[in-house]
Amino acid sequence: MSQEYIDIFEQNRELVEKPCAALLNDARSKAYARFKAAGFPGIKEEDWLHSNVSKQFAANYGMNLGRVNVKADRQSIFTCDVPDLKTRQAFIINDTFSNGSNGKELPSGVVLASLNETASKNPALLASYYNALAANGDSIAQFNTMFAQDGLLLYIPKNTAVEETIQIITLLQANVEMLSNRRLLIILEENSSASLLVCDHSSMAKQTLSTQVTEIFIGRGANLHLYELEETSHSNTRLSHLFVRQQADSNFIHSNITLTGGFTRNRIEVTLEEGGAAADISGLVIGDKNQHTDNRTLVDHKSGNCTSNELYKYILDEQSTGVFAGKMLIRPDAQHTLSQQTNRNLCLTSDAHMYAQPQLEIYADDVKCSHGSTVGQLDENALFYMQQRGIPAAEARHLLMHAFAGEVIENIKIDALRDRLHMLVEKRLRGELNHCKGCALCK
Amino acid sequence: MENLLEIKNLHATIDGKEILKGINLTVKAGEVHAIMGPNGSGKSTLSNVLVGHPAYTVTEGEIFYKGKNLLELAPEERSHEGLFLSFQYPVEIPGVSITNFMRAAINAKRQYLGQEPMNATEFLKMMREKRALVNLESKLANRSVNEGFSGGEKKRNEIFQMAMLEPTLSILDETDSGLDIDALRIVAEGVNKLKREDTSSLVITHYQRLLDYIKPDIVHVLYNGKIVKTAGPELVMELEERGYDWIKALNN
Amino acid sequence: MKSKNNILKKLANKAYEFGFVSKIKTEVIERGLNEDVIRLISGKKNEPEWMLEFRLQAYRYWLTLEMPSWAHLSIPPIDYQAISYYADPLKKNNEGKSKEIDPELMKTFEKLGIPLEERLALSGTAVDAVMDSVSVKTTFKEELKEKGIIFCSMGEAVQEHPDLVRKYLGTVVNYRDNFFAALNSAVFSDGSFVYIPKGVRCPRELSTYFRINAANTGQFERTLIIADDDSYVSYLEGCTAPMRDENQLHAAIVEIVVNNNAEVKYSTVQNWYPGDAEGKGGVYNFVTKRGDCRGTGSKLSWTQVETGSAITWKYPSCILRGDNSQGEFYSVALTNNFQQADTGTKMIHLGKNTKSTIISKGISAGQSQNSYRGLVRVSKNADGARNYSQCDSLLLGDKCGAHTFPYMDIHNKSAVIEHEATTSKISEDQLFYCNQRGIGTEEAIGLIVNGYAKEVINKLPMEFAIEAQKLLSVSLEGAVG
Repeated sequence: MSQEYIDIFEQNRELVEKPCAALLNDARSKAYARFKAAGFPGIKEEDWLHSNVSKQFAANYGMNLGRVNVKADRQSIFTCDVPDLKTRQAFIINDTFSNGSNGKELPSGVVLASLNETASKNPALLASYYNALAANGDSIAQFNTMFAQDGLLLYIPKNTAVEETIQIITLLQANVEMLSNRRLLIILEENSSASLLVCDHSSMAKQTLSTQVTEIFIGRGANLHLYELEETSHSNTRLSHLFVRQQADSNFIHSNITLTGGFTRNRIEVTLEEGGAAADISGLVIGDKNQHTDNRTLVDHKSGNCTSNELYKYILDEQSTGVFAGKMLIRPDAQHTLSQQTNRNLCLTSDAHMYAQPQLEIYADDVKCSHGSTVGQLDENALFYMQQRGIPAAEARHLLMHAFAGEVIENIKIDALRDRLHMLVEKRLRGELNHCKGCALCK
Repeated sequence: MENLLEIKNLHATIDGKEILKGINLTVKAGEVHAIMGPNGSGKSTLSNVLVGHPAYTVTEGEIFYKGKNLLELAPEERSHEGLFLSFQYPVEIPGVSITNFMRAAINAKRQYLGQEPMNATEFLKMMREKRALVNLESKLANRSVNEGFSGGEKKRNEIFQMAMLEPTLSILDETDSGLDIDALRIVAEGVNKLKREDTSSLVITHYQRLLDYIKPDIVHVLYNGKIVKTAGPELVMELEERGYDWIKALNN
Repeated sequence: MKSKNNILKKLANKAYEFGFVSKIKTEVIERGLNEDVIRLISGKKNEPEWMLEFRLQAYRYWLTLEMPSWAHLSIPPIDYQAISYYADPLKKNNEGKSKEIDPELMKTFEKLGIPLEERLALSGTAVDAVMDSVSVKTTFKEELKEKGIIFCSMGEAVQEHPDLVRKYLGTVVNYRDNFFAALNSAVFSDGSFVYIPKGVRCPRELSTYFRINAANTGQFERTLIIADDDSYVSYLEGCTAPMRDENQLHAAIVEIVVNNNAEVKYSTVQNWYPGDAEGKGGVYNFVTKRGDCRGTGSKLSWTQVETGSAITWKYPSCILRGDNSQGEFYSVALTNNFQQADTGTKMIHLGKNTKSTIISKGISAGQSQNSYRGLVRVSKNADGARNYSQCDSLLLGDKCGAHTFPYMDIHNKSAVIEHEATTSKISEDQLFYCNQRGIGTEEAIGLIVNGYAKEVINKLPMEFAIEAQKLLSVSLEGAVG
């Protein structure tokens, strides 16, 4: 399988590189060498035990390497109706950046633009960031770098607060089976802040695959809330790799919510580079049919006095599979670390599978670290209590499931988004279509 | 007076072990019955069987409630029909707020009775009124059901829910356990305020102290899965003075 | 901080008590491994043809394997041709007929605190003593025989009870199971064989004591325990080895079959030579231990106190096949200096209403690495499975590592699986409190660590528990200040 894509790359290298900035092409060369050496990971590799990723690439996908202009009338395929949520919108259609119309002006100095364009016009801004983290990523990240031609750049200069939530919507558009490689680069300089909502709506009737590499740099004292929401389809494969590097006293809050999807793999690596940094990462998966959701997180405590909190919850129905592997790595210098990880899973059928691997790897002694993981069902006593109060069994189950999921949603700091997610989860658990009304994809 | 509840020769088991061994009991509308007895006599089993707990199996006998065969009804239907159990150990339900919980309960009952769901204003007004009855603080109502509640708060929450659901027959299972004297008075006063001409109660207790506040019309002693003695309120004092040993001696 | 480092150094200098070498005439075969060596071992043991076939089959499979690398261990390359696969400390007569026990050998076991004369037995424990490749003596055999209990060396079992051995050997740990299981199946020398007949409660603790003595040898023993319906046995295993600069390889297999309503308790106090303070020498302990709870209501309980070995790679496991069967794993693993341990368990829930409990306590000191690795699998048909796992780590010093790698594979909706893990260090407050009461720091650490490990140590038979407590204190002397 790997060879097929290496061939495609070698045969089309000129085509791929021609529209791209030198910055992207330099990284590409290195990624190509690495991918060529490693290929797609096999299921015998510890990190890929339960996710056969090579198989996902087998379909006869089209890749728009020649950057044929795809005519996209995005308003006709997507309107998001999070009530009361005023956002500044941007789109990534396939891998191409496209500005949204609504929203206020961004504060001065903030750049929300095409990655490739900025890399051509102002390479100095990105040179020390682009691929700085992804270079050490797994071979899917190398694959992405090898083919990446565009994506989004968000740059926030120091001491700048972006008040309005920035919403990034990723869509796929083509009339064939489609493979697309997206790239997001987010830079927050010292003492800046932003909140970001990334909605993955890459779904079409046809088989689709998107790889996504997101690199985030959070400067000293900066503050980022990142909410990722996947609402794709059962014929979609999402391979996402999120890298975050935090400097001193920075804050990162991440909610990673998978409501619908096909084969999903989210690799999340947060590095607490300097003292006083805090990361709060959480995730919710609601799976049904043959949905396969694999979240693999690493919180790397490189420095002392950092805090990390992790909460991942899965509700698995029908034949869905959940994989959770979360590692807390406490390096020798990371004294006075506080780190906690919780993973809770509900299997609703005996065809649903859960694989959980919470891991602690600790090389410093003056730390407080713990993790807990459970697989179980709804509390029978609570169910009966509710029935005694007149709540029908099905409704009682529903309330308990929503409460189970609610713990993750409560982490969301934007009120309107939190309410909206409660509503989406509610609909999702009731088996109703979860896409927003007015969205052409759902009609 | 009409028979509200009629239990005939009731036998019930849990995990294959017989706990109730032929209970006969009739409660008329408006009556307050006390069921007393030593630990392990089957008091909690009886209350759980009445509300349809799935862990218990009825092996013999019948229960009629408002003339209907109670054993054919699902737990929630029994609730809709006005049967309420104040649990001895109310369960904690993390993530479900009391408000949402009660709204779901009230509207399920209204749907069962063929009524429209209650509108939000009306519902919140009702919540406020009923809370006052048992001094349940408003901040508790926003918390998850029973989560992190003290023993007294849990019991007050039970009586608050009883007030909301306005049952015809309420079963108070060891409602006095774990309560100090002030909490006991608040809970008992709440129960008394809710008492109407046509509503009945089964008060299950080991001690007499709750019955100082809630006066029973009829007192039964349950021992070894059977009702072994039935008398008027004077039996409470006798049990308090003599304990249960003489009852055990009479029946062994 | 300063005093802490001094104490750490002191600990590193603590001598290994059982590090002496015995001067016993030992027959050691040429180093190296090939089919001829396997035929030679089999021939020396006068084995039937099927046993040789079993070995050769395993050997041929082993040749196709590579040493596993998934554990959190750094294992130097092992030259399997530089090891001698058979060492026999028993003096032979001219014809090699009846064997006598060398008085030196008796002394060795006495020095180890394992008297081989029945009259000296303190706790009434029946012992099978294994030195290098050979079972030296099994005590109380006759008394046990009266109850129908078979307790003898594996070599003897192959001769005397071939049907039982053939029926069960390799049925719990197949030679294809893993690299070391294949190696052991090819070259295993001796070990213990236990059969408890139906309805018999074994009146004595059964015990095997393993000792590696000869240089440049590996020990590859194989233990097989069969508890038939409604029987009970408690089995103990102890191990030591001399201090030698080169590493010694120990790759054992323990197989346990537990039938209907039977119960087996298997306890280990492992004190192989851990190497010196610089990490030189020590035993590589690569062991496959597994029990198959085949019967309804069967129960298997593993208890281990691991203080020795340079490298430990060991996952005593339970296959909960029978309905209502139960598995337990209680472990204390202590590593110091440059020791590495990757140990834990596997609980495979196959039957209905099966239960498992895992309590693991890791203690890391010096520059050691200590990992818990455990799997809980609930198969599709294992309705009502329950597991509770608790894995705690205690770090003594800032150069060591404590790691927790649980795996949960759940394929049944009625399963209730709970895993919890915490990592901590001994608090200054605890130590100060002890100091104020006049307890020295070293002693206080011993106390606190023993308290920490108590839940597990309590599961050991009494004599073993006392031994384990001493061992923990000794292995840790001065670990933290």
